[in-house]
Amino acid sequence: MATETTAADAAHGAAEAGKAGMPQLDFSTFPNQIFWLVVSLVVIYFVLSRIALPRIGAVLAERQGTITNDLAAAEDLKQKAVAADKAYNDALVKARTDANKIVAEAKAEIQKELDAAIVQADAQIAAKAAESEGRIAEIRAGAMDAVSEVAKDTAKELVAALGGKADARSITAAVAARLKG
Amino acid sequence: MAEEAHSEGTGLVFHPLDQFIVKPLFGEGPIQWYTPTNVTLWMALAVLCVVALFVIGTRGRAIVPTRVQSVAEVMYGFIYKMIEDVTGHDGVKYFPYIMTLFVFILFANYLGLLPMSFTPTSHIAVTAVLGFGVFIIVTLIGFVKNGPSFLGLFWMSDAPLILRPVIAIIEVISYFVRPVSHSIRLAGNIMAGHAVIKVFAGFAAIAAISPISILAIVAIYGLEVLVAFIQAYVFTILTCVYLKDALHPHH
Repeated sequence: MATETTAADAAHGAAEAGKAGMPQLDFSTFPNQIFWLVVSLVVIYFVLSRIALPRIGAVLAERQGTITNDLAAAEDLKQKAVAADKAYNDALVKARTDANKIVAEAKAEIQKELDAAIVQADAQIAAKAAESEGRIAEIRAGAMDAVSEVAKDTAKELVAALGGKADARSITAAVAARLKG
Repeated sequence: MAEEAHSEGTGLVFHPLDQFIVKPLFGEGPIQWYTPTNVTLWMALAVLCVVALFVIGTRGRAIVPTRVQSVAEVMYGFIYKMIEDVTGHDGVKYFPYIMTLFVFILFANYLGLLPMSFTPTSHIAVTAVLGFGVFIIVTLIGFVKNGPSFLGLFWMSDAPLILRPVIAIIEVISYFVRPVSHSIRLAGNIMAGHAVIKVFAGFAAIAAISPISILAIVAIYGLEVLVAFIQAYVFTILTCVYLKDALHPHH
């Protein structure tokens, strides 16, 4: 590109003389550059302000909205999870209390039954003991009778063997006196 | 210039500035204001790139963006945030205008880095229109929004009373120098980088130093990739700063 320009110098002739210095200072090209610059800027400005920027702005806003919504939903779900956790824990605590209550009730019931059984058993034991005592007393009484009978008989026989004659009443009285003594 | 004599003496050909020559696209002849030139071509390519990126790239309007769409969104967010940070919320109204400047300079710079290309932003005529355009628009906005109190920009009410007129003069001068520095900074950076690359490319003709020269070209090209973005960024953020002064002239 550069060498071609040098070669074309002759052809350009007078026009090239003005370009000896910096092309930036070649004022003959200024209107052209400024015109096309303004055209480009106007085109870019309208493309951006009419189409691109509103679109991107809308997309960004929509994304922001989506993110906000999602965060809110996440927060919501988190609250629900916390609530569910709490409910679970509450249920657990309640179940534990219920279990304790049931255990206590069962224990109390068993205790009551046990108490009743003990009372009954005690009563039975007492009745048995009373009965036994009655029997023992009976037996004792029976034994006493038998002893006094035997003593009377023995006394009568003894009296008869000794050649005496003893009437039944005096023997009974004597035996009774002896038994008491 | 000096290279004319130089080239004939040593066989080295240095035409570092030829890449900036404005030529008609079709045929020869004088350049009228309407002639399609290489300026037209490379500006049109920049416009096409803008359309491709910002219109075709975002046509999906996807919530989960494609790669091209996310590039467009990043640039949108970059400039939008810059305006909000620098000028405050009332500067957002001028977002399309500032975005136009940014994408035009950015794409012109980057397309200019293609070999054999032409860089519109290396021309003072182009950057002066951009810079003075910003200057005029910002000054008009300043007067329309604030009326005569826009002149308070030059009157430092927190400076000592004696110094205020002096400061005001300096402020006025610096205000009017703004568009000049604004436009020459861009054109100068781009032109210098491209010219330096061409100079090193000229040295590549000598076999002994061509490896060094090629390495230097690579290094400077890398630098120019950076400069192409940074100059677009600097131009844009300075526009925002000037706009801030116009919207809020009271310090």
